[in-house]
Amino acid sequence: MFWKSTYNEFIKIAAKPRSYIGLAAISALVSVILFAMKVDGKTYISFITSSFEQTLTFEGDILNGDLIAFIILQMLIIHVPLLVALVTGDLVSGEAAMGSLRMLATKPISRSSLLMSKFLAGGAYTLVILLWLGFMALGVGHILFGSGDLMVLNSDGLVILQNSDLAWRFMGGFGVAYLALLTIATLSITLSCFSDNSIGPIVTTMAIILFFTIIGTLDVPVFDNIRPFLFTSHMIAWRSFFEEPFPIETIQQSVIILVVHIVVLIGVALFKFNKKDILS
Amino acid sequence: MSDKIIEVKQLAKYYGKFKAVEDVSFDVYPGDVFGFLGPNGAGKSTTIRTMLSLITPTSGETRLFGRDLAHHRSYILSRIGCIVEKPDFYKYLSAQKNLEIFGRISGASITRSKIGEMLEFVGLKGREKDKVAGFSHGMKQRLGIAQTLLHDPELIILDEPTTGLDPQGIIDIRNLILQLKNERNKTVVLSSHILSEIELIANRMVIINKGRSLVQGSVSELLNNQELIVRIELDDLQKALQVMSDRWPQLEIEATGPNSLLIHLSHEIIPQVNNSLSAAGVNVFAIESKRKLEDYFLKLVKN
Repeated sequence: MFWKSTYNEFIKIAAKPRSYIGLAAISALVSVILFAMKVDGKTYISFITSSFEQTLTFEGDILNGDLIAFIILQMLIIHVPLLVALVTGDLVSGEAAMGSLRMLATKPISRSSLLMSKFLAGGAYTLVILLWLGFMALGVGHILFGSGDLMVLNSDGLVILQNSDLAWRFMGGFGVAYLALLTIATLSITLSCFSDNSIGPIVTTMAIILFFTIIGTLDVPVFDNIRPFLFTSHMIAWRSFFEEPFPIETIQQSVIILVVHIVVLIGVALFKFNKKDILS
Repeated sequence: MSDKIIEVKQLAKYYGKFKAVEDVSFDVYPGDVFGFLGPNGAGKSTTIRTMLSLITPTSGETRLFGRDLAHHRSYILSRIGCIVEKPDFYKYLSAQKNLEIFGRISGASITRSKIGEMLEFVGLKGREKDKVAGFSHGMKQRLGIAQTLLHDPELIILDEPTTGLDPQGIIDIRNLILQLKNERNKTVVLSSHILSEIELIANRMVIINKGRSLVQGSVSELLNNQELIVRIELDDLQKALQVMSDRWPQLEIEATGPNSLLIHLSHEIIPQVNNSLSAAGVNVFAIESKRKLEDYFLKLVKN
């Protein structure tokens, strides 16, 4: 019954027009960035590298598909949560508002299975969004700009990564980025269990991200103890895959924090959904 | 093993201090068309939602098919088809896709031909590919009935199924319910505040008000035990009044026109009244009882 319900959730997500807003937005934004880079990318790169040109000499084409993909990820990954929450925040509350949740809940499927099928479908949708972003940034970026070594400017300085060393870093980076987005999807579905209207959980998810991000970036000692445990502090953990030396412990810590968030949020959602009186 | 399909005992549901349902008890037997009657806000929908595990009761016991709902939810729900208030489908999907979605988690294997058969049964054949967004309220209601029947349930629970329908839609739904009982041998629980609906199609009923069940039993027995108001149309009013007061001096009789009487009497006296008037040479043209259930219901609710 669980898999049948999950299949139902896939059909519903695929049929909903709002599911395609994220894909369309990513396509449009990445296309604009790729166009701008094609037209004026060298100026943009020389602006970034100008401070190093007195001490370093760059050989080869720095403006390549890998750098473009890295720039795109850095620019867009913080906006993707909104696109994810737009769909996942609606999975329970949207059905409650529409009344169809009442019909689903009178079927001989446990509420836990019903909710877990929504989590699974929400997770799959998040993966599709991220894969699309990856395809647009890496795939189309490579077609238009070719591949090459990746120059990354970190807080510690400039890191040059060999082209042969990039595939696993991108895969790992996308993996951790997926975990971060999955945390957002889980948060929005959990909030969705507490609401009977479609918009509330989406707005609340974004408000929580904004609130935690502000706490995380405020350089005030009082927040020092909680900052490492905020999921928003680990939203950019994917970037660690492009650092040298490779910060394996930092990445492990981020993965653990994000997984704990996901597990706790699913637990809260299951508890609430199983106790919920369906009055809509 | 109980022969009752539904046993509800002392059901209560409180929201803080508000008592949505305080003490509701009733039994439904196989083959019943069971009327669940009460004014708006009486607690009908809350009781029905509790029977379908949409709401957790504060106290009381709900058993369906001889099993406790709290412990055998999936088993029980696999044998029930229901519409609670109104069927809310996915508007962006076609009628067929909607039935596929609900059929897939109904606990039975639902084929496309079964879906086609159900759509034909409710008169929606040819509209299966149309999106539900374009359906009228009546069409959605009929699609809702198709959805309840997909997995061939033994018990069908319909909560206010005719709300918002036009007269033709009400007749269609009523005929569908009678078909379900007569042709498909289903047990139907029908919640309504429309008295004529219950009177026309239910064989047993419970009346609830302010969260409490007031009375339950066979519709005909409950109504026939009550005093009726009967209007008699005849040709000789004075003679009729004389005959009636001589034979039944205790009856309340009222002349309502030059050729009509209103009499408060019990059901079994009606043939005797007719015979006495005829024997006295009074021609009787019509005998009609006023809306029985309406009076009975109002009397109960007011008390």
